[in-house]
Amino acid sequence: MDLDSMQRILEQSTAEGRPIWEIVLDADVENRMTTREASMEKMRATWRAMVESAEGYDGDRRSLSGLVGGDGERMRAYYADHESIGGAFLGEVIAAALSMGENNACMRRIVAAPTAGACGVLPAVLIPLWRRRKIPEERMLEALYVTCAIGSVIASRASISGAAGGCQAEIGSASAMAAGALTYLQGGTSRQICHSVAMALKNLMGLICDPVAGLVEVPCVKRNVIGAMNAISAADMAMAGVESRIPVDEVIDAMGDVGRRLPVEFRETAQGGLAVTPTGRAVKERMLRRKTQRSI
Amino acid sequence: MIDIFDMLGPVMVGPSSSHTAGAVRIGNMARTLLGSEPKGAKIHLHGSFAETGVGHGTDKALVAGLLGMKPDDLEIPNSFALAEERGMHVTFDEITLKNAHPNSVLLNLLGEDGSTLNMQACSIGGGRIQVTKLDGVDVDFSGDYHTLIIHNRDDKGYIADVTTALSRGGVNIARMSLCRDKRGGNAIMVLETDEKVPYIVREFLRQFAGIIHITYYEREDG
Repeated sequence: MDLDSMQRILEQSTAEGRPIWEIVLDADVENRMTTREASMEKMRATWRAMVESAEGYDGDRRSLSGLVGGDGERMRAYYADHESIGGAFLGEVIAAALSMGENNACMRRIVAAPTAGACGVLPAVLIPLWRRRKIPEERMLEALYVTCAIGSVIASRASISGAAGGCQAEIGSASAMAAGALTYLQGGTSRQICHSVAMALKNLMGLICDPVAGLVEVPCVKRNVIGAMNAISAADMAMAGVESRIPVDEVIDAMGDVGRRLPVEFRETAQGGLAVTPTGRAVKERMLRRKTQRSI
Repeated sequence: MIDIFDMLGPVMVGPSSSHTAGAVRIGNMARTLLGSEPKGAKIHLHGSFAETGVGHGTDKALVAGLLGMKPDDLEIPNSFALAEERGMHVTFDEITLKNAHPNSVLLNLLGEDGSTLNMQACSIGGGRIQVTKLDGVDVDFSGDYHTLIIHNRDDKGYIADVTTALSRGGVNIARMSLCRDKRGGNAIMVLETDEKVPYIVREFLRQFAGIIHITYYEREDG
């Protein structure tokens, strides 16, 4: 089946009594003309690449611009030594989101989820939970299939690109994917998964893409943190029985509509928001003076 | 339908799927179509590639691709040093290309055997690329398929010859395009296929008098 409606996926899941992840797995097997085993192995490789990237974080690395690096380490040290407001788990999530965003900015290997700029959201919530609750790897792969359903529906109805839809389409989509995965991992029903997706996406609607000097650094790295925190709250609300008053597909369509109507200045062009603050402009000037070396 | 591994993936070296992963793929495509390791490369950056390329490592990524690296290679940041070691001479400048996507680049390559390639390509998001010009002729292909590129004299009958050979070789054509610079001049046939094009089919096609040159790109994940 085409993964273009959460409602249809939910209906199929309910009618056939099958979890969402199986429906997505079948869709992948059909679409890429592959086998279930090969699809699962590709998903396993994707998951392990995420974990490997998280484990390879080094707080001494800096990005090409020098704007980014070391904050994941700083956060980790803080929650290890202090009673942080959010507690140890949230501290770990914040540190993981920062670390992965920094890995990306520092040219380390990451898994785009759904984009490189938003690559920190999913691992930030999934890896700490997997470790704490000792969740079997197979179940993590199932959760990743759930995120693929969500990402595919958003990409086909709206957009997952900052240039097309602003940051709501990147961090917002990543957050919705993460919310669905968390709801699944906590034993939520397919219906609860859909509500968590709707709530996560609603709460980041309108977020603009305003990268300083056009780089995937400021504010992108820290926005991975809000994506992760928002996913946790949306999943917990869904598990508590809180429902989105606007159905999930309508929320996705609204996000797409907002994205199309966002002025071009707020869609990755670095012509608005934080990018045009005095400090943002100064960074851009500095980077322009550092154009590429002319030859090797 | 959307590939779910475009939602979770690619596994790539950061920071940007369009400015980094796509740039590696462009370099790799150019190397493949040249048919050998480039010993010289003139890289002309357009638009956002020129503006924000340094901060995104676009320059390093393009060179990494020319060296044969894939988008997830951790050596991408060190590509300049590796190019120097292997004696690849690279120059960069900025260019304004007409009607081009903001993330575009024009590459002039010189191969070890003296062959040359002019390729214009753009990075269209999510690490996906599009080749838009080959040796001055407009083309349109992505590397999402196995791709056979045939330079031939613009004359009757070549399309039938080529498609017959492919069909006998058990290869299904997914997309096909034809372009030429002028009537009776140089033509380029681009065939994107579902199956790999067997070596023997490619060798067979090389025998035809009017077929000047054949290059072949195999999709990344086979």
